[in-house]
Amino acid sequence: MKNVLLLIALLASSALSAQTGYEKAMTKGLQMVKDAQTAQDMNAASAFFERIAVTEKNNWLPYYYAAWTQILAGYMDEKADKDKVAHKANELISQADAFQPDNSEIYCLKQMSASLAMLVDPMTRWQTYGMEAATALDKAKKLDPSNPRPYLLEAQGLYYTPEQFGGGKAKAKVVYEKAIQMYGTFKPASPLHPSWGLEQAEEGLKNCME
Amino acid sequence: MYRVLGLLCCFFLSESVWSQHILSGTVLGDDGKSLPGVNVYIRDSYDGAITDSTGHYSFPTDISGPAVLVASFIGYKTIEKPVEINGSELRADLILREEISELNAVVITAGSFEASDKKRATVLSLLDIVTTAGADADISATLQTVPGVQKVGEQEGLFVRGGSAEEAKVIIDGAVVNNFYYSSIPGIASRGRFSPFLFSGTAFTSGGYSALYGQALSAVLNLESVDLPARSEMQVGISPLFVSAGFQHVNQEKTQSFGASYAYTNLNLYMAVIPQRFDISQAPVGHEGDLNYRFKTKKNGIFKAYATYSFNKQGIRQASLDSTGLKNGYHVGNANVYLNSSFKQSLGKRWNYTGVISYSYNRDDIEARLLDQRNENVPATGIGVLDNVTFSTVAVQQMLQMRHVVERKFSGLNALRFGGEIWYNKDASDIRSLYYNGPADIEDTYGAVFAETDVYLSKNLAFRPGLRAEYSRLTGKANLAPRASLSCKIAPQMQLTFDYGIFYQTPERKYLLFDKDFDFNRADHYILTYQWLNKDYTFRVQAYDKEYIRLTKTDQTAQNAVHEDGSGYARGIELFWRDRKTFKGFNYWISYSFIDTERDYLNYPVKATPTFAASHSGSIVLKKFWVSRMLGVNWSYTVTSGRPYYNPNLGSDDFLSDRTRPYQSHNVSVNWLTNVFKSNAVVVFSLNNVFNQRQIFGYSYSNRIFDDNNLLIRKAIQPPTARSVFVGLFMSWGVDRTQDNINNNL
Repeated sequence: MKNVLLLIALLASSALSAQTGYEKAMTKGLQMVKDAQTAQDMNAASAFFERIAVTEKNNWLPYYYAAWTQILAGYMDEKADKDKVAHKANELISQADAFQPDNSEIYCLKQMSASLAMLVDPMTRWQTYGMEAATALDKAKKLDPSNPRPYLLEAQGLYYTPEQFGGGKAKAKVVYEKAIQMYGTFKPASPLHPSWGLEQAEEGLKNCME
Repeated sequence: MYRVLGLLCCFFLSESVWSQHILSGTVLGDDGKSLPGVNVYIRDSYDGAITDSTGHYSFPTDISGPAVLVASFIGYKTIEKPVEINGSELRADLILREEISELNAVVITAGSFEASDKKRATVLSLLDIVTTAGADADISATLQTVPGVQKVGEQEGLFVRGGSAEEAKVIIDGAVVNNFYYSSIPGIASRGRFSPFLFSGTAFTSGGYSALYGQALSAVLNLESVDLPARSEMQVGISPLFVSAGFQHVNQEKTQSFGASYAYTNLNLYMAVIPQRFDISQAPVGHEGDLNYRFKTKKNGIFKAYATYSFNKQGIRQASLDSTGLKNGYHVGNANVYLNSSFKQSLGKRWNYTGVISYSYNRDDIEARLLDQRNENVPATGIGVLDNVTFSTVAVQQMLQMRHVVERKFSGLNALRFGGEIWYNKDASDIRSLYYNGPADIEDTYGAVFAETDVYLSKNLAFRPGLRAEYSRLTGKANLAPRASLSCKIAPQMQLTFDYGIFYQTPERKYLLFDKDFDFNRADHYILTYQWLNKDYTFRVQAYDKEYIRLTKTDQTAQNAVHEDGSGYARGIELFWRDRKTFKGFNYWISYSFIDTERDYLNYPVKATPTFAASHSGSIVLKKFWVSRMLGVNWSYTVTSGRPYYNPNLGSDDFLSDRTRPYQSHNVSVNWLTNVFKSNAVVVFSLNNVFNQRQIFGYSYSNRIFDDNNLLIRKAIQPPTARSVFVGLFMSWGVDRTQDNINNNL
C-alpha cells in the first residue's frame, strides 16, 4: 500500500512539476518583460522565450512571445539594425504561424514587424511594408473580432501618421477608445495567452487628449 | 504517509539545490570578435542566458551528465556542442560562423541602378523616379541623371555608354517592350508610354547584365509591375494637358484585383499659351486606356494580366532648308496595343517559376509633305532632295513572345536559374513616294536558352557565371554568349565587382530587307565597380571598356546592310554620390561620366565619335521635403560637353568632328500633398530650363542651298519650347472597405 501511494505521489509530483515547469517558465518570462528597462533586458526575455519554444517544440505561445519581445527590443533600441531584428522576428513568427495558423495574435505581430522594418526608411518603404502591415492588421481583426490588440496597433499607427496622410490624434483617439472598451470584455484563453496592451492603450489615449 | 511525502519533497528540492552547476564562457564570431546578445542554452531545457556586451555568458543549471549546449544568434549558424556537466563549474567557449544572407552578403548586381522599396538598400527609390526635377515622371528621363546614360534631347531612348538607343532594351516582367516610347516626330524626343506608378521595382544595368537577358549591346532596363495594389481606389488627374480617370478594386481578402483607366491628352491649349518653335499642324492629341487583372494563388504565386491601348496623332510644319518659301510637313498617327500576362509561382520549397506571354501591335501612319506657303501640297518638282520629302508610310510592327524561367535555390544565397524564350517579330510597311511604291515586309523568329548560377564562396565572395545561346531564323545565325560577374566585399558596406560578358544583337531588321546573311552585332563588356553603400550614403566608381566587335554597315543612304565589319569602342569612368543624411530632410545625388568612344557603323565613312556621346556629362539632383507643410521641392541641373554633329561642308576626314555648344539645364518641380474633395491629392508644378539657357542638340543642313561663304546653310535642332511647364492635380480616393466597416462599428 505504502509503495502504491508512494508511486502515485511520485507520478503526481513529477507530472505536476513537468506542467508547472512550463507555466512557471512562461510566467517568469512575462515577468521579465514587465521588468525590462532596456533593450538588452528585452532581448534577454526574448532569448528566454526562445529557449522555452525550442524545448517545448509544438507550442506557438513561446514563439509568439519570443517574436513579440524581439520586436519590442527593436523599438526600444534606437541604434538597432531594424532590418535584422525584423528578419529574426519574422523567423520566430513563421514558427508560431506553423503551429497555430490563422491566429489573430500572430497577425498582430506581423503588423508590428512590418512597421518596424518600415521605420528604416518610411518615405520610401510605406508603400511596401506599410501595405504589409495594413494587410496583417485587417487579417488580425477578421480572425478574431473580439481581439482588442489590432485596434491598439491601429491607433498607435494613426497617432504617428501625419493628418495629411489620414492619421492624426483625433482619429487615433476614437480607435484607442474602441480598443479600451474591447479590453474590458476580452478574456484570454489562459493566463499565459496574450493579454497585453490595456496600459499602452490608456497611455495612448492620454497622449491624444493633450 | 505525510512524512513520506514531505520527505520526498525534501529529497527532490535538495536534489535540485545541491546539484546546481554554473556554465559560463565566451562566444566569438568567426572573425574573432566577441558577440553580444547570443542565446546560449542547454538543449531540451529552459536553462540558458544571453551573452553580455563582452560576449560572456553564465547561467546556473540543475542538469548534470551529458548535455548539448546550443548557441544561436541572428545572422549566424546555430551551433550545438556536446558537453559533460559535472562539478560545480563548466567553462565552454564557442565560435559562431556567420550565415550568408542578403543582410550581410556581397551584392552581385552592384553595378546596376535599382529602385525598389523592398530591398534593404538601393541606390534609388521608386519615389525618386517621380520626383526628379526635369524628368516629369518619365523613367528614362530620370535615368539620364545617373552615370552612363547620355542626355539626348532630340531623340527618345536610352543612349548608354556610347551606344545608340537601339542597343538598350526595356523589359516588363521579363518581356521585351517593342515600342516603349510614343511615336515621335524627327528632332523631338517623346516620352515613355508607361507610368512609373505601374512598377514596384526598376533595375537599370548600364552594361554587363545577366545571361537571362539578351539582344541589347549596351543595357537593359528591367521593370517589375506592381503585384497587388495596396487598396481599392479611384484616381482622377487634371491638367491643362490632359484629363485622366481610373480605378483599382481589391477584394476584401486581398487575393485579387482589377482596374481600368483612361486618359485623354490634348496639347492645343498648352501650345497656344507656350510659344512653340515649330508651326503646329496638329497639336498632340491622344486617347489611351488600360485594363488589369491580378490574382494571388494559394501558394504565394501571382498571376498578372495587363492590356493597354493608345491612339495618338501629332504634326508639325517647318521651313524647308532645301528651298526658299517651301515647308516640310510631317504628321504621325500611332495606334498601339500592348498585352502582358505573367505568372510567378513557387514550386515547393526551393523552386520558383516565372513565365510571361506578351503581344504588341504598333501602327504608325506617317505623312510627310512638301508644302507651299498656304500649306498646300507641292507637286513633283523634279529636284530629288525636294521630292524625297513627300512620302506616306504605314508601318505595322507586331511582336509575340513567351518566356519561362525556373529558379532553384540552394542553401545560403546560392541559386541556379535557367529557362528559355522565343520571340516572333513581324514588321510590315507600305511606302508611297515619288520614287518607290510598295510593301516591305520582314519577319524573324528568335529563340534563346539561358542559365546562370549564383555561387557564394563565402559571404564576402560571390561568383555568377552565366551562359546564353541564341538563334535568329531571319539571319540563320546562332551564337553563344558567356557572362560572368565576380563580387568581393572588401570591408563592411564596401565591395568590388568585376563584370564581363559578350552581348549579341540581331542587326536591325529594317536593314535586312534584301540581303539577310549577316551575323549578330557583338559587343564585349569589361566593367570594374567599386561601391560603398548603406541606407544613408552611396558612393560608386565604375570604369569600363566596351568593345564593339561587329556592327552593321549600310550603304550611303543607310537603307540596306552591306557588310558587318563595323566596329568601335567605348571606355570611360563614372562617379555617383548620393547622400540622404548630412542635411536633414534633404537628399541629393551627383553623377559624373567621362567617355571616350568611337565607332564605325551604318553609313559612317570613317571611325568617329557618334552624335549621341558627349565626353563629359554631369547631373546634380536635389530633393527637399517639408513634412510639416507636406511640400516637396526638387531641383536638378544637367550639364554635358558639346556633342558631335554632322556637317556636310566638311570632308569625310573631318566627319563628325564638330561639337555643339555645351548643354545645360536647370529644372525645378514642386509637389504639394493636400486634400481636395476629401481625396489625397498631389499638386505638381514643374518648370524645365528655368534660366532659358540656349539648348542645341545638333544641326540639320540643307542639301543644296549655300550661304555667302559657299557653305550649306543649317538650322539648329532645339527643343520645341524654350522652357517647358507642367501643372497638374492628381487625386485619389481610397475606398478601403475594411476601413468603412471599422468606422461603422465604432
